[in-house]
Amino acid sequence: MIICRSATELETMHRAGLIVWGALTELRQKVQPGMTTEEMDDLAEEYARKHKARPAFKNYHGYPKSLCASINNEVVHGIPSAKRAVKEGDILSMDFGVEFDGYYGDAALTIPVGQIDAKRERLLRVTREALEHGIEQVRAGNRLSDISAAVQQWVEKNGLSVVREFVGHSIGTKMHEDLQLPNYGEPGHGPKLQAGMVLAIEPMVNTGSPAVRVLEDKWTAVTADGGDSAHFEHTVAVTENGPWILTRPKDASGPVW
Amino acid sequence: MAKRPHDDKPKGDSGNPKEDAIEVMATVIEPLPNAMFRVELENKHQVLAHISGKMRKNFIRILPGDKVAVELSPYDLTRGRIVYRYK
Repeated sequence: MIICRSATELETMHRAGLIVWGALTELRQKVQPGMTTEEMDDLAEEYARKHKARPAFKNYHGYPKSLCASINNEVVHGIPSAKRAVKEGDILSMDFGVEFDGYYGDAALTIPVGQIDAKRERLLRVTREALEHGIEQVRAGNRLSDISAAVQQWVEKNGLSVVREFVGHSIGTKMHEDLQLPNYGEPGHGPKLQAGMVLAIEPMVNTGSPAVRVLEDKWTAVTADGGDSAHFEHTVAVTENGPWILTRPKDASGPVW
Repeated sequence: MAKRPHDDKPKGDSGNPKEDAIEVMATVIEPLPNAMFRVELENKHQVLAHISGKMRKNFIRILPGDKVAVELSPYDLTRGRIVYRYK
């Protein structure tokens, strides 16, 4: 069902979004080689609680932690653990979501740990840009798959591949609402975007083949061919004047992450 | 958190309410007039259900205590149609 949120609802979702942004921004600055993903999870959870929000992933369909931390060939949903630490040269995707006052925010970014090689740097840049291209398509009157197509075209133009097994989604009073937002497709399909719709756009990009498999822990998704994968996400609202990135301060400028 | 498309419950609008019906198992609580029954679903909700034409045609009887399959309308989850009686 397509749900259009009112201005007050969007404001609340923006506040939820800012908490997610704040947590990820703090993590981005604090992550160092040697840090365990469990330490990152603790920081994220602490940040949310300090801001009176509930980490949304914990116990969501049985997910054990608050943060998703995925390293290198892990695509998404890496479960934080004290036995998993990042090292220099790794790329780390962190996906975080909170519930604040009944509304959800969901965002993610992939960061370099220390210095990374040019190939990984390119993967990160292209994926982030893919998100930006997707966000550009968010305006009333466009169709849902315009976003999907924009992401796919940018990624494939740069010789990388788009993960098919996971999709973006509409978000609001539930983490995953009814609409599905794949990162691939032909433009011009799907519902028309209307002001008040809120979408979590999350391109997941692999260097090798787009195939993904899930590990025995039933959550961590890894690339089938062992190549690297990057993930960026923002919760974006459709407004009359174009996209409003709820998981970022209104006055922010420059690259989305 | 990314969503897996296959995780979706086959809910949603296919445009045809007959296909969108949600099938659940239930136990018959009491019979009401006109081949209607009060049934209790697994989640303890009670629902008004009527016997389906196919079952009527084949003279299948339903008694309180039977386990049956009930099709719930996507538009009104308090009404259903009994489509199968389990042994």
